[in-house]
Amino acid sequence: MLDHLLRPLRNIGHRVVNSIWRLGYASRFFLMTLLKSGTSFARFSLIMREIYFSGVLSLIIILVSGLFVGMVLGLQGYETLQKYGSEEALGTLVSLSLVRELGPVVAALLFASRAGSAITAEIGLMKATEQIAAMEMMAVDPIARIIGPRFWGGVLSMPLLAAMFSAIGVFGGYLVGVVLIGVDDGAFWSQMQANVDFRNDILNGVIKSVVFGVAVTAIAVFEGYDAPPTAEGVSGATTRTVVMSSLAVLGLDFILTAFMFRGM
Amino acid sequence: MERTTLDLWVGIFVVIGIAALLTLAMKVGNLSTYNSDATYTVTADFQNIGGLKVKAPVKSAGVLVGRVSGIEFDTKRFEAVVTLSLDKRYMFPKDTSASVLTSGLLGEQYIGLDAGGDEQNLQQGDKIKLTQSAVVLEKLIGQFLYSKAADGSDKDGK
Repeated sequence: MLDHLLRPLRNIGHRVVNSIWRLGYASRFFLMTLLKSGTSFARFSLIMREIYFSGVLSLIIILVSGLFVGMVLGLQGYETLQKYGSEEALGTLVSLSLVRELGPVVAALLFASRAGSAITAEIGLMKATEQIAAMEMMAVDPIARIIGPRFWGGVLSMPLLAAMFSAIGVFGGYLVGVVLIGVDDGAFWSQMQANVDFRNDILNGVIKSVVFGVAVTAIAVFEGYDAPPTAEGVSGATTRTVVMSSLAVLGLDFILTAFMFRGM
Repeated sequence: MERTTLDLWVGIFVVIGIAALLTLAMKVGNLSTYNSDATYTVTADFQNIGGLKVKAPVKSAGVLVGRVSGIEFDTKRFEAVVTLSLDKRYMFPKDTSASVLTSGLLGEQYIGLDAGGDEQNLQQGDKIKLTQSAVVLEKLIGQFLYSKAADGSDKDGK
């Protein structure tokens, strides 16, 4: 009877202990990846290959979404701003929203679903087909050989992708605002340049994208490495990567924004 | 995939990425227009600066000549000490006056400089002596109401 009553409590305790254990495992895994990244950098061609897979192959989706997000911002911003007779501020609106928020965040979300899921599935399948175990047998460290290059490839690609997203988004805003609607060309750029600060806005955006890159790829490689070696396990891990890293990006974005733009 | 093609693609990717960053810095941001090396700083005391902020523009005849680089409070005289970074290309006479102005009715506040007639120019670290404080709307309305009330009581007296 007592045992029956205590079961829910035991279930809660089991879950908490499990999640804390998993968090500790993930942190140790992350630390090991960082510690062994010297070996990964020694074979830079491996990192190059991963930059190709997670960076170059994400180019299309990043550029197309950036262009369209910028164009939509141009249209919507113009609709609202013209009510107050300040269409010239369109450049400021488009560039600030892209550089500060949308560039890093949307690029990171796309990166998580395009590259993060691929990394998880690849590592998970390697584990399921016992390639990782085989490497260990051959005294090749899987963390230095498989995890490290994928992690650094993602971390190096992410800021570049976010910068491209913002740049092409500003161009999209320009296309709609200036070319299509007819906002004054000079006012568009000069207001933008007067109000976008290099350190406060652009550099903070780059810092954000680096943090998101670390978060997304760290989650992706960990979920892949930790996936149960079955078909179901790999598919579950892939889903978890996308969900967890999207949530992590949004949560981190709020924290970073609170620190960066508090007094402005 | 062959090694050379892969390297080529990664090279293109990195070059586009860095080009995007540079475009953001130069074309979108103000890195190219605002260079802190070629400036000299002068200070000005104001009784009230209203809503003036650091980085607000300093204009003369409507042309951007510098930016506000610092705002402090003098606890001895209870005045605001505003530091202005002016572009070295623009020199101003020593008796230039500075005033806190507002662009448009609800726009941002900026410092306007009106050149005087002195033969010597302002140097690094000089102080602008002639200043005019910001117009505080509440005070203005207060004065207006006060004078209206005074008018009204005058009429009653007659």
